Amino acid sequence: FLLWAEEQGMLKATYVPTFCEICFWKCGVMAKVINGRVVKLEGNPNHPGARGKLCGRGNGGAGLLYDPDRLKTPLISSGARGEGKYKKASWDEALNLVAEKLTRIKQQYGPEAVALFTHGTPTDHFLPLLSAFGSPNVGMPSFAQCRGPRDVGLELTFGESIGSPERLDMVNSKVVVLFGSHLGENMHNSQVQDYAEAVGKGAKFIVVDPRFSIAAGKAHTWLPIRPATNIALLLAWINIIIRDGLYDKEYIGAYANGFGELAEAVRDCTPEWAEKETEIPAATILETASLMAKNAPAVCIHPGRHATWYGDDVQRTRCIAILMALLGTWGRPGGTFFATTASFPKMESKPFPEPSREPLNGGGYPFAGGEGVTQAIRTSTINGKPYPIKGWFVSGTNLMKAIPNEKETLEAIKKLDLLVAVDVMPFDTAMLADVILPECTYLERYDALAVGKGKSLTVSLRQPVVEPMYESKPGWWIAKELAKRLGLDEYFPWATYEEKIKAQCAHWGINFEELKKAGTITIPDTAAPYITAETPPKFKTASGKIELYSNELKEKGFDPVPRYTQHPQPASGEFRLIYGRNAVHTFSRTTNNPELHELYPENEVWVNAPRAREMGLVNGTYVTLVNQDGVRSNPIKVKVTERIRKDCAYMVHGFSTSSTSLKKAFNKGADDQGLITRYEVDPICGGTGMRVNFVRIEKEAPHA
Amino acid sequence: MPRYAMVIDQRRCVACMACVVACKKENEVPPEQYRTRVVEKIEGEFPLLRMELRSELCNHCDNPPCVYNCPTGASYKRKEDGLVLLKKYRCVGCKSCLAACPYDARYINEKKGFADKCTFCEHRIKEGKEPACVATCIGKSRIFGDLDNPQSPVSIALRENHAEVLLQEAGTKPRVYYIKRFGKPE
Repeated sequence: FLLWAEEQGMLKATYVPTFCEICFWKCGVMAKVINGRVVKLEGNPNHPGARGKLCGRGNGGAGLLYDPDRLKTPLISSGARGEGKYKKASWDEALNLVAEKLTRIKQQYGPEAVALFTHGTPTDHFLPLLSAFGSPNVGMPSFAQCRGPRDVGLELTFGESIGSPERLDMVNSKVVVLFGSHLGENMHNSQVQDYAEAVGKGAKFIVVDPRFSIAAGKAHTWLPIRPATNIALLLAWINIIIRDGLYDKEYIGAYANGFGELAEAVRDCTPEWAEKETEIPAATILETASLMAKNAPAVCIHPGRHATWYGDDVQRTRCIAILMALLGTWGRPGGTFFATTASFPKMESKPFPEPSREPLNGGGYPFAGGEGVTQAIRTSTINGKPYPIKGWFVSGTNLMKAIPNEKETLEAIKKLDLLVAVDVMPFDTAMLADVILPECTYLERYDALAVGKGKSLTVSLRQPVVEPMYESKPGWWIAKELAKRLGLDEYFPWATYEEKIKAQCAHWGINFEELKKAGTITIPDTAAPYITAETPPKFKTASGKIELYSNELKEKGFDPVPRYTQHPQPASGEFRLIYGRNAVHTFSRTTNNPELHELYPENEVWVNAPRAREMGLVNGTYVTLVNQDGVRSNPIKVKVTERIRKDCAYMVHGFSTSSTSLKKAFNKGADDQGLITRYEVDPICGGTGMRVNFVRIEKEAPHA
Repeated sequence: MPRYAMVIDQRRCVACMACVVACKKENEVPPEQYRTRVVEKIEGEFPLLRMELRSELCNHCDNPPCVYNCPTGASYKRKEDGLVLLKKYRCVGCKSCLAACPYDARYINEKKGFADKCTFCEHRIKEGKEPACVATCIGKSRIFGDLDNPQSPVSIALRENHAEVLLQEAGTKPRVYYIKRFGKPE
């Protein structure tokens, strides 16, 4: 009817620019609104991450806005924790209760006893609240459960990481190497656009993946590697490139340190040796190495994003970085490019109080980042060391599905005096909270300005497209109201968020009204994306050069040049559990979104076809997965397919919510995180390698 | 007079489903029903495999069986641009067109009681926009334009690449073309 009425000219459509939060690529959105209802979301042509397009999830964003299962009012637990009994409360009641309990924890244990777990834009509101409160203990799963090892590995080698969106120059690549990065299933908008462009231009893809992913389907060479042996493959490639003199001698001579030590260390890593580890024929290893060398430096070796696999992930990234350096691709067309040097002037704000105790969120890992190590906070919560943690504040992340070993998370939660969740939907973790504060969706609120640093500097605005539904409130309002009740208003010295953003725009020389209309403003470019004679690279490492050999690692007791170690492999009858993404879902965040749920309502477990036949498994029937610790999954459909190795079982992450309030997603599919009871911690940065669990498949699970 | 057509460059499709979701939103397609879909086909045995990704939608045939089989005259081929469309008020929901279409492109909108299908986003073309699926196509795999205009993206794509239609032997003369692999026109 709306379309018809619009056609008849009875209703006018307006477009409101904002940016997406279905994942964290922050794509510019033009929201089409008719009669106060968001009818469609389209990509903002001005935005570099969207370029006028949205992925399936972004297109389905309004499904979150109009999901009938949304959190509608503040809720206060009226039963035991985890029982799921709640009574509706007013905002005053709920906020007063939270403030009172936080104050009590502060008095009894000190402010450091409160920890924040957070992800996405809510961080911009609740991290300042935590800092003002006096605690340094923040944990973002984006570090120890995702990008951490990758960022650390790149920083140790080049002095900086690759950013988000990753500064990959794939559009100009002749060869692209992907390690498990299943682009197309993993939908980071502009990166997938670049990838499709590279495919369309005839770039050759080398895809390393135990599964024949969509990307493998586009590949020149698919390497179905034996899991956990990537370092062997990489060292063999490095060895061949050094041995055969295929590296960029000028580049290495000018910019790198430690070539001699590297060459010495990898000398025995022959393709024949690597074949035994990886099950990739030595000839193929040789052939792919020379394909890369022949096309260097227009070779894009993707360092991945979700990098927490086997616990030696920093060293795997180091191998990737070293390979990039040998081929001279860092800062070269077709490899990676450098970010713009432009930036916005800092805003003066009131300094936060100095915590009186050392942060415990680093977990003692020498290269833990500022985003914190989530499971270190969890451990301290359980054992009270080095000091007790008594309050968890959770915003924008579903911890139960984000951190491995759900049992430990539940154990930690039992020790808490207070668990508060700020969320849009009643996800698993929210339903364990003592107080649930309903945040409105990204289409109903202001958030912090998003600054993008690619080839140019951009600033994007999130603004309300429609008014908040029900009694939900924006994150900034919740943070500010809590601050008021905690006597911390001075850290939030503005009446509305719009006012704060306006001041920021003024300080940055951005016209706010123009930003409101355009959604994104691009600052004229000052970038030198590639290395040239006039623009030599700056490496922010200790030596000022690319560190093929890392003194920093050596000083801390780690291998200065990566070494390969064997990992356990599944016994007969077992499968290694590997997991990934589906194009229409982000983690566990979208499983209940009506517009995305219908496209992929439940996950399936992929089993190699010949092996499935041996076991008598029938495509589409339900089975139960049982891991090495006896944890049993929900019934899950079998996908019998040639597209996976015999020793692996693959599933899409994020399914089978335990929250009965998610009416569409409840109990659908199986939960990979539930089966990930074991994890291998990277001693360098604290990343949790999560592909170390083995499962058996039990037939004929009764399906509820 | 334009002759609208779509070219699907299958090499560039990454099966991201952006087109499917965008189409549903743009055209208020009811739950569990679709005007377009992405079909995934695998050939071979591990590890020698080949994958085909194919977006399917109404072919806006020049020889449209759905139109010939419509007893009420609701389905018609529009003279000025060749779109196969439907006069909703004349449709009685008899499903003749569903049975006639060899591409499984149609469905019955149960709530409203008439047959429905892809219109190439006729309402957007009118405003000078591309169909919703094309506008949001992440891989630029979907290409839309006028076959009579040699400068249109579809004409260029067809000139430079070998393209095929689905079920050519059915004689429906589709206006959706598929580029499967690298290669010049035969």
